Amino acid sequence: MAVAQSRELLTRRPRRSEQRQLRTVAELEGVRMTGAQITCAALEAEGADLVFGYPGGAVIPLYDAIPSSNLHHVLVRFEQWAALAADGYARATGKVGVCIATSGPGATNLVTGLANSQLDSVPVVAITGQVGQALIGRDAFQETDITGITLPITKHNYLVQSADEIAPTIKEAFYLARSGRPGPVLVDIPKNVFQESAKFHMPGEINRRGYQPSLLPNTRQIRLAGEMINAAKKPLIMAGHGIMISGAGQEFERFVERTGIPVIFTLLGQGSFPESHRLSLGLMGMHGHREVNMALKECDLLVNIGARFDDRATGKVSTFAPNARVVHCDIDPAEIGKNVTTDVPVVGDAREVLKLLLGEVNERDHSDWLAWILAQKDVALRAALNDRPDWPEPYTIIKEIARVTNGEAIYCTDVGQHQMWAAQHLGLDHPRRWLTSGGLGTMGYGLPAAVGAKMGMPESEVWTIIGDGGFQMSSNELATCVQEQLDINIAVINNGYLGMVRQWQDLFHQKNYSEVEILGPDFIKLAEAYGATGIRVTRDDEIVPAIERARSIPGPVLIEFVVEPEANVWPIVPPGASNSDMMLNRGEE
Amino acid sequence: MDSARPKPRRHTLVVLVEDHPGVLNRVVSLLRRRSFNIHTITVGASEQPGISRMTLVVEGDAQDVEQAGKQLYKLMEVLKVTDITDTNSISHELVLVKVATKTQNRQEVMLAGQIYDAKFVDATPSSLIMEVTGSPERIDSFLNMVKPYGIRELVRTGPVAMSRGGGTVQIRDGRIERANGVAAAAD
Repeated sequence: MAVAQSRELLTRRPRRSEQRQLRTVAELEGVRMTGAQITCAALEAEGADLVFGYPGGAVIPLYDAIPSSNLHHVLVRFEQWAALAADGYARATGKVGVCIATSGPGATNLVTGLANSQLDSVPVVAITGQVGQALIGRDAFQETDITGITLPITKHNYLVQSADEIAPTIKEAFYLARSGRPGPVLVDIPKNVFQESAKFHMPGEINRRGYQPSLLPNTRQIRLAGEMINAAKKPLIMAGHGIMISGAGQEFERFVERTGIPVIFTLLGQGSFPESHRLSLGLMGMHGHREVNMALKECDLLVNIGARFDDRATGKVSTFAPNARVVHCDIDPAEIGKNVTTDVPVVGDAREVLKLLLGEVNERDHSDWLAWILAQKDVALRAALNDRPDWPEPYTIIKEIARVTNGEAIYCTDVGQHQMWAAQHLGLDHPRRWLTSGGLGTMGYGLPAAVGAKMGMPESEVWTIIGDGGFQMSSNELATCVQEQLDINIAVINNGYLGMVRQWQDLFHQKNYSEVEILGPDFIKLAEAYGATGIRVTRDDEIVPAIERARSIPGPVLIEFVVEPEANVWPIVPPGASNSDMMLNRGEE
Repeated sequence: MDSARPKPRRHTLVVLVEDHPGVLNRVVSLLRRRSFNIHTITVGASEQPGISRMTLVVEGDAQDVEQAGKQLYKLMEVLKVTDITDTNSISHELVLVKVATKTQNRQEVMLAGQIYDAKFVDATPSSLIMEVTGSPERIDSFLNMVKPYGIRELVRTGPVAMSRGGGTVQIRDGRIERANGVAAAAD
């Protein structure tokens, strides 16, 4: 079939969620249905309108029920992209993302995606088919112990034993996924359970005695934290993902305004507070800005709100914020003291913590301290970034994407150098518009995350910035973009290398470029082969026109930016070193 | 991390869990992946229907054990974790030991067993099976005592533990209730 014709056909496909006629839980209560129908109805009842999946033997009964449900199913091209699209959907919308896979290889292909959501605390529910109960444990065709396999990478998982368990289990799975510290939950359903019938019953409320997230902080700890904040001379706020997850943007802004404390961000904390704010300093850690890491060395108080002291943020732990007392606010008590010794632990939901802290902290002005920090900027690097050579330079590409889109788009990334360039220079001002794989560092994330984001937020402009390596992992997802006619702009930063590994080999392994030269396809032809649009940029003055053109073309557009092969991300903290011992450029510091 | 950290030693944790399939797997898998060293683990019924009781002996310093407890609480099935190491508590295990005997030394072996209140559960002309319960230290010294005669087979259960006095930890209607402040050891 010609591409144009297939596009024509596909555009006619109505989006099921737009014509939803929601059956209420009350209407369905007591109605006899198959396990597959119960699964669909329970997903709908939990607010799912979109599911990302891939059919296969054990889930054929489930797929039998999907067309007559109100679920819009997005057919991905590899199960891992279903899990990562559900992750991207969840981050962009704040709702629970849903992915579906069959037993065996389908289920194991979800693993990386679920691990990604687990490390970044993203609410996802995965439904997997399992072989029939009579075959479990017999090494049946496409049987794997997916609940055993995903034990360490899910918040919780279930193996459903009968059709009447499905609805209560799905309800509980959604509750666990989105409450407390969010995370992925897997529900494994044997094929015969999809086929058997039961009366639909959804419990009214979930009450698990072993699961009671601590939302409200201890008032004594709040008072102690408040006293410490009021007494500090050089305080610093470390903003983490938890602020966004709890929807504490307003409270956080009030807290920062009142205390006058400068804010630094973890990779996932970016977007929780406008980076354009006068008190925002930007990214910390391995590729943090010089002034940020110098401020960490100098500060006398570090107030961590909703971050987990990841090693990429802290650098060498023993010299992390060496002069600072530490206030650590986290909803997960197990994060307190796990990596960094804490002076005042505050366990609770970031929003509740901030509401109470606001009553304890004094209005302060720390402009001298802020001025000291800003004086630590790496002037030479900043100047070099403004110097535009003839070829497209990564920093320029990132900055122009941000400028042309007014910083209002949803920006996804893959993993590697381009991700760090984006984190440093997009200038992220809005929550839920920065989708990046932080904890797991999952290459291949960029495109499926954008699919999830665009499906969930169809009115938003979606950009995804990807390296040529990562793009080759998930480029088959272009087919999904075309099939769903998704208006996604894909910026492939092509340096012909697995750039971040090459950078490490360059700086720390005597330029031993082992297996990092990566041949790619003709990206333009590849895009066109899928029915998407391709634009190649090889000169600086082509950057802006290409970005503008991509925005004006409907459907997926790929821009290939051919950049300098050996550009590095600066600054970089060498692995195992202190944050303040960053390299600003080759051979410096 | 820093030199001020206390030295690693053995801690006894009492863990109340939902009596669900796979719970033991979840607990053990968690401790393994967080690099906690399990010395012994026992699991069985508690006085409360639907709740199993585990006694875990783990090696680590106070911070490690506190982390282990917090990580355990992240499992949906874990209801209560109590470190009873420094409380006034009883920790007993059971050993079955098959000792080689001859007619000439059987009396001697039995005498050694009697010192430790051993039960003689089986005897053949060439062997004697004894059962001893008590603290792990007591079992160690009993085994030292019979070792010279030749231990053919040996099995230890690992300790189960309980605090002394009237205090209890109970779970009613989804709430964890403490009597006499016994659970305070974990807080």
